[in-house]
Amino acid sequence: MATVVFYILAILALLGTYLCVTRSNPVHAILYLVNVLFAVALMYYLLGAPLVAAWEVIVYAGAVMVLFVFIIMMLELTPDQEMSRVGWLRWGPTVLLAMVLFCTLVLFVAVDPETSRVIVDTYVAPKAFGYALFAKYPLAVQVISFHLFIAAIGAYYLGRGGGSRKRSREEGDE
Amino acid sequence: MNVPFSHLLIIAFLLFLMGLASILVRRNVIRVLIGVEIMLNAAGLVLVGSSALWNKVDGQLFAVFLMAIEAAEVALALALVIYLRRRKGTLNINAFNEMRG
Repeated sequence: MATVVFYILAILALLGTYLCVTRSNPVHAILYLVNVLFAVALMYYLLGAPLVAAWEVIVYAGAVMVLFVFIIMMLELTPDQEMSRVGWLRWGPTVLLAMVLFCTLVLFVAVDPETSRVIVDTYVAPKAFGYALFAKYPLAVQVISFHLFIAAIGAYYLGRGGGSRKRSREEGDE
Repeated sequence: MNVPFSHLLIIAFLLFLMGLASILVRRNVIRVLIGVEIMLNAAGLVLVGSSALWNKVDGQLFAVFLMAIEAAEVALALALVIYLRRRKGTLNINAFNEMRG
């Protein structure tokens, strides 16, 4: 049963990603991406990571996507029609990198016998997860806290008006 | 659950590929950021899947670290998008190809 649900979620995620990438309206793209994130969160749950699934919904679908929608609506983005006139000059590198990645994947699956192993039912309780997080990687937790703090400072600095130099230049232009 | 690990790798590969195509083909900064999101999700899927395969909790921990770093990245990147839009009046990525401050 869980296997069938997993494959249905995988198809949902792939379809949603395809629609997200191809739609011209950015708001529609974000909403398809939210669908994808819910599907991926349920896949996490089936893979035995309930806490990561919850955080995927809270952090990605809740916070990050709302931020995206907010910015898109603030900037009043219009639907772009650029997909119709995309030439081979742009698709070339994409196809090349995709081929390289595909060859690597095929080689990896063919060579490594571990990849044909079946994922059995696992479940990591939040208690074990939290213990591993704070007992095994305390330094990583602190580094990421600093990372978030510095990102907040940077976002504040950029959003403030870009510093005094730029403001004086704008005033000079006017 | 009766899913071979290779199927999970293929799903993550396809997700990653679509994100890569979004980054390389699109010329709107917001679409490029969406592509980065999709690629990071694919990476997280492989991390959690390998965590389930080897019955270790480390993969899930790295998925959570990935999530935190990605949230910081999005906050900064969207602030940059607003800044660049204010400066140049466009979101086309070709307009930002000079490093003059």
